[in-house]
Amino acid sequence: MIDFINLYLVPGLTIGSVYALGAVGISMIFGILRFAHFAHGDLMTIGAYGVLTAVWFIPLHPLLLLPFGMALAIVAALAVDQFFYKPLRKLPTIYTVIASFGVALIFRSLAQLFWSSGNQVFIPGVRPPLVLFDTFRISALHAQAIILTVVIAVALHFFLTRSKLGRAMRAVSDEPELAAVAGLDTERVVRWTWVIGAALAATAGVFAGMDTSMHPNLGWNLLLAMFAAAVLGGIGKPMGAIAGGLIIGIAEETATYTWLSDEPLISPSYKSAVAFFIMVALLLFRPQGLFKGRLL
Amino acid sequence: MELTGLFFYLVSVLIAGGIYAVLCLALNVQWGMGGLFNAGIAGFFAVGAYASAIVTTAVSERHLGGFDLPIPFGLAAAMLVAGVTGWAVAKICVRLKSDYLAMASVGIAEILRLVIVNESWLTNGSLGISGVPRPFGDMVRGREADLLYLAMVWLCVLCVYILCQRLYVSPWGRTLRAIRDNEDSARAAGKDVDWFRLQTFVIGCAIMGLAGGLSAHYFKFLSPSATEPLLVTFLVWVMLMAGGSGNNRGAIIGALAIWLLWSATEIFTNRLPPEWITRSSYIRMLFVGLLLQFVLQRFRSGLIPEKSPEIRSD
Amino acid sequence: MSALLSVQGLTAGYGGVPIIEDIDLDVAEHEIAVIIGPNGAGKSTLLKTVFALTSRISGSVKFIDRDITALKTAQLVPLGISAVPQSRNVFPTLSVDENLDVGTYAAPPGDKQAVRETVLELFPDLKDKLDQPAGELSGGQRQMVAMGRALMSEPKLLLLDEPTAGLSPAYLEIIFDLLLDIRKRGVTILMVEQNAKQALRIADTGHVLVSGKNFVSGTGEALLADDAVRRSFLGGAAT
Repeated sequence: MIDFINLYLVPGLTIGSVYALGAVGISMIFGILRFAHFAHGDLMTIGAYGVLTAVWFIPLHPLLLLPFGMALAIVAALAVDQFFYKPLRKLPTIYTVIASFGVALIFRSLAQLFWSSGNQVFIPGVRPPLVLFDTFRISALHAQAIILTVVIAVALHFFLTRSKLGRAMRAVSDEPELAAVAGLDTERVVRWTWVIGAALAATAGVFAGMDTSMHPNLGWNLLLAMFAAAVLGGIGKPMGAIAGGLIIGIAEETATYTWLSDEPLISPSYKSAVAFFIMVALLLFRPQGLFKGRLL
Repeated sequence: MELTGLFFYLVSVLIAGGIYAVLCLALNVQWGMGGLFNAGIAGFFAVGAYASAIVTTAVSERHLGGFDLPIPFGLAAAMLVAGVTGWAVAKICVRLKSDYLAMASVGIAEILRLVIVNESWLTNGSLGISGVPRPFGDMVRGREADLLYLAMVWLCVLCVYILCQRLYVSPWGRTLRAIRDNEDSARAAGKDVDWFRLQTFVIGCAIMGLAGGLSAHYFKFLSPSATEPLLVTFLVWVMLMAGGSGNNRGAIIGALAIWLLWSATEIFTNRLPPEWITRSSYIRMLFVGLLLQFVLQRFRSGLIPEKSPEIRSD
Repeated sequence: MSALLSVQGLTAGYGGVPIIEDIDLDVAEHEIAVIIGPNGAGKSTLLKTVFALTSRISGSVKFIDRDITALKTAQLVPLGISAVPQSRNVFPTLSVDENLDVGTYAAPPGDKQAVRETVLELFPDLKDKLDQPAGELSGGQRQMVAMGRALMSEPKLLLLDEPTAGLSPAYLEIIFDLLLDIRKRGVTILMVEQNAKQALRIADTGHVLVSGKNFVSGTGEALLADDAVRRSFLGGAAT
């Protein structure tokens, strides 16, 4: 039982936190701009490389240097929105989907160009895990990821329900035309959506990069699970996306547990297929997700 | 010598260009005619490549088969297996709306990649399959073989083109475009939208499988890491958008134009200072990414636009 | 007294195709003005054009002697114009309270709490629904939320597109009474209405729109008494 918690549940929650933070942005962008942002994974990559670069120059813990990665991701997101997505806003959104597919490639090639195509680590060396109650083990990084995600989730909840900007975002996501009639500045809402989405993407990217290692495909490889998380939580429901991310993370990890026999239920090498099947099943049978999100 | 070298470089470019033309025609069936977004092109391409390789290679213990059958059987198998895979996928996913299908197709490509990497009894895993035969490989060798293969690839392009053109002008194609342009009214007119979409997806996937087979017999070796899947998928999309989606001739011209451009940038990036050479492929990827943005903003109808008026309402 | 809203020679439509042509229309302060006419006459288009939601082709719109022809919707709200669309006029996943709050975002600075009190006085039914998502309310209550949201920016002019569409006759009475109440508080109303007869009864002026052109304007009473108007648009003889 303790092995299940240490080796499956905690890693599931950790990767789930990464998915959650990435999926928030995907869900908000889907809600407000109405397209599936295919470059979101690579936006994570860019943010994580921003922190990695800061680590080279400033001898501090990577998480303290997060603002550098966030800033880089925010600048990148606002730039691609301005130059590549905004000119396509009046067209069917599938054109923006195609454009974002191209932006994913642009981000990735820039990462390969400026950093490297190989693996890099944030902090060399192995750190022993924390041991609690004699048997419960958790690495510092996993604990940080899970705690920070919970903190962000709470902050996001208050931001969306209490602040003027947060309510305006939900209003635009609900009924963009009515939001314009009510005199809301939709472009400002769009800009802040990118700022928040990109900042959380950078955070997710750093956790993912610290958990394994940094490489240019880091974010793209997480994209499918984050889409699944956004769909699971309900499109346009940032809090749902957090829940969705955690559920997908736990589902992926625990699907490889020896539930029925001594063999893993699903071979670990097919782990990433779990997210796909959850997503497709949801889209077919409950497209509004768990938390009544929007339908296309 | 210089000239013949250049000539055969051009031949190799045109062979690959032909294979891309087949892929581009396939995507045109799915997206251009059917409005189905497929971001998993490389997956079906790989399925076709492996199917043809397994059917035509000599018996081996490292992977399934080989069955040592003639190449036409291999190509037929490529289309069949890719088509059946497409059918299984379409059965589940074809009801999904545009963006959702796009998200799902990324997952499909990922799962196909996982199968190829992990099921080594089938594909020899990451070591790949070698010794894939070329047509008439025992009669002609070297550069003459390339010329022969060039003819064969473009014969396939021609056949696929004729097929796609027939499909386009047929009542079937008209219904398909009606669905693409206004799904609700097509549904109201009593068309079985899902069934048409399923057929479209399967036909497109089968043609992608054919392209995969053609590539396997050209390179004679295939492994999961031989191609960058995202790049293949992406290039085909750029080709179709640049050529003019909805137009078969546009698809071929777009494939050739972008592939020539892609190959030309290789010549250019080879002249970069040595410390940049290793990064040249990233510069090229960046370039194609930017090219797509240009096409989407300024050149949306492509080199040869679709003729019938395009009214999208999705 | 000069008009609060003055529309002159307005031609507008979608994608360069005119739907309304050469419309002249004045709305005086503190009145209820009703636009009636057959389906497809361009009534909603006229309202949307005043609110800068369609592409104007020619003509001008003045609001309190200021030319607002070139202004965008987001600039009109702070000036004192609000609008309620015919459908999809609430934010369904936002609570009633949040819907009202969003109405203040583009408003000129002022005492939001006092405005909220006033709006809730007008719509007392909403008081015990404040925490419910607006999407879960009945059609009539949604219309109240929508009008409440529009009033939260303290408009001088309220534009309403068929406020009674799809509502039961009982609610129709309630809404019309509310409109009189709203006018009493100093808000001018310009609205499009299908229920022409009832609307003209509470209206100070009426404008009949036919095929995108202003057919006839007059006081509500005069239009109700006008034979041609009655035959064509009010369904039969005078009562």
